Amino acid sequence: MINRLANPARFMRLSGAVLPWLGAVTALTLAAGLVLALVAAPPDYQQGESVRIMFVHVPSAWMALSTYLFIAVASAVALVWRHPLADVAAQAAAPIGAVFTLVCLVTGSLWGRPMWGAWWVWDARLTSVLVLFFLYLGYIALVNAFDDPGRGARAGSVLALVGVVNLPIIKFSVDWWNTLHQPASVFRMGGPKIDPSMLAPLLLMAVAFTLLFAWLLLVRMRTALNERKLRAAQLYGAALRAPPRERAAAVGPALR
Amino acid sequence: MSALAEYLAMGGYAGFVWPAYGFALAALGGLALHSWRRYRAGVTALGRAAGNNGPAR
Repeated sequence: MINRLANPARFMRLSGAVLPWLGAVTALTLAAGLVLALVAAPPDYQQGESVRIMFVHVPSAWMALSTYLFIAVASAVALVWRHPLADVAAQAAAPIGAVFTLVCLVTGSLWGRPMWGAWWVWDARLTSVLVLFFLYLGYIALVNAFDDPGRGARAGSVLALVGVVNLPIIKFSVDWWNTLHQPASVFRMGGPKIDPSMLAPLLLMAVAFTLLFAWLLLVRMRTALNERKLRAAQLYGAALRAPPRERAAAVGPALR
Repeated sequence: MSALAEYLAMGGYAGFVWPAYGFALAALGGLALHSWRRYRAGVTALGRAAGNNGPAR
């Protein structure tokens, strides 16, 4: 699978065929998830209706972690095997992960204010997720800090791999430290301890966010490959014949 | 209180639930819209570049 997709031309063909279907399934799943989360799920006996924030907060937290893991694996593949799409995938995923992390932080804050009485506390879980957000921003900044894209990609890959140490810290922060943040209630020994009426919207939203990640990833990877092709065509074709003014008009604003 | 108003009040948590969903929608929707527009711009520019320059040869 990975090797079959190693050819960017084949990746463009397959992803182009998958993209519209993936978009449709994502939209439907998201709509169903929102109906379950906002209408069908009952209010919590302690948290009341504020528990509905969890159906966005928890899946975005899962996505924040799994997207970082995706970037780290892609970075390792890029460094070790020089897979031609690994850097493209890692760099396409980084802004998605950053947005999921931001959504996790903001929705958590909006839940914490009525439930804990504070928008923010310097608790181990919250702080380590804030560090994750800065790791995403640092990765994006570092990748774009070099004139040579290859050097930027390599530096970013190393940063992504070093940052992996933060993932277990986030996951186990609620066990290692005495945090205000509650411990895991889904991925724990002995199975989930959430009522099915609340577990269903949670899992459906998690599936919807995963599909959204996949759709965004494909769109952004295709954009990167198109823009790379455009730059190459521009350098080649324009150098051969087009006068500078026409060259700029032909390429338009898509090129940075 | 009408059923709709009662629903929108979210048991007194309207000021927290709706901003949370609103922010998530704006952030993820904004990223999706931005990504899609940039993708389309690239596709258009690529087609135009191919048209203007002819096949690279």
